[in-house]
Amino acid sequence: MKQKLYDTAAEALDGLLFDGMTIAAGGFGLCGIPELLIAAIRASGVKELTVASNNAGVDDFGLGLLLQDRQVKKMISSYVGENAEFMRQYLAGELEIEFNPQGTLAERMRAGGAGIPGFFTKTGVGTVIAEGKEHKDFNGETYILERGIVADVSIVKALKGDDTGNLVFRKTARNFNPPAAMCGRVCIAEVEEIVPRGALDPDNIHLPGIYVHRIIQGPHEKRIEQRTTRKKETA
Amino acid sequence: MPWDRNQMAARAARELKDGMYVNLGIGIPTLVANFIPEGVDVTLQSENGMLGMGPFPIEGDEDPDLINAGKQTITELKRTAYFDSAQSFAMIRGGKINMAILGAMEVSEKGDLANWMIPGKLVKGMGGAMDLVAGVGRVVVVMDHTNKAGESKVLRECTLPLTGKGVVDRIITNLGVLDVGHKGLHIVELADGVTEAQLRAATEATIVD
Repeated sequence: MKQKLYDTAAEALDGLLFDGMTIAAGGFGLCGIPELLIAAIRASGVKELTVASNNAGVDDFGLGLLLQDRQVKKMISSYVGENAEFMRQYLAGELEIEFNPQGTLAERMRAGGAGIPGFFTKTGVGTVIAEGKEHKDFNGETYILERGIVADVSIVKALKGDDTGNLVFRKTARNFNPPAAMCGRVCIAEVEEIVPRGALDPDNIHLPGIYVHRIIQGPHEKRIEQRTTRKKETA
Repeated sequence: MPWDRNQMAARAARELKDGMYVNLGIGIPTLVANFIPEGVDVTLQSENGMLGMGPFPIEGDEDPDLINAGKQTITELKRTAYFDSAQSFAMIRGGKINMAILGAMEVSEKGDLANWMIPGKLVKGMGGAMDLVAGVGRVVVVMDHTNKAGESKVLRECTLPLTGKGVVDRIITNLGVLDVGHKGLHIVELADGVTEAQLRAATEATIVD
């Protein structure tokens, strides 16, 4: 088997980046984002990127770092509320955004990775999202055609991985990572821990290694976006 | 007195039936979790990839890998299951989630819902709202009956870009409860101390009965 383990994010990205490319990224808010790979993409200086990601990070973390350096031409996202620099560039016409309903975005990634070029969905029928898209009736209900996404590179974050690329995620940090991984022609995963082959339970692999081409190990900052707690006595 | 936020949430909680799978939106709908009636066991879905959402953590127990769709730290329950975003919206789009309780900017008498963008203002995106209203079994909207200018948010036609067309089943406002019917809205209930005349006066949409 071709060696999948790399020492650093920069080495794992070597030879894959080019101006104008499309990158799919896992994560929801700042939860489960490939923070090391984002930092390395920033350091590479690659530009004119189209980035498919549910969110756009915050100003000083996550995909917000790529926006600071004007490396992103277009975002394909469902919600981008937490990023002032994003909003500034967007309102100034410097950044293009294609809003996708969240489930449509997830399915576009999954479909792209599964060899499905398009699928019909009820989501967005009768809204601006449906404008210009093919409509088709099935069993008396109207659906619109959405296209699968295939990215040049996808970047994801998992809890554990082995040297064959099998991945295990943790709690809600799984989110967009599996569909994003699937839709990349090349997928790079960063994990908190690379474990020996055989250490992961084959019945509990969340993403089979066939989807993962390169893998690196943390450390990760794992920043919390909205720390919300309750008082002990109300438990 | 019209209902306050908590009373609206408590009224919305009475929509919940034992055994339901439910998705709660951001804002007043989030408060619904505080009023789930005794003896009613519901499983809350969070569209970022979780069934069986628990309460906010006690200080010190926050986990960066465990958040809800509003990106707030939360906790898990014994029943909790985690999954990816494609799986999450498969259960939403596939009609497996029984009910969504969502906030709104406008609702029309045909059940059209607008809750994601105001042209000319900052557009943050629709998140999972379009998928939810298109997919779940029943959509209940919780919102103030009028906007800050006193204008009705319950309209003949929505003026804002839609989140979904003909998707709302029931509207719970500070003035009462309305159902979307074939020819207009039906009054289900009035808030304490609110008269039918007051509700009708605050409603631009057609109320048939």
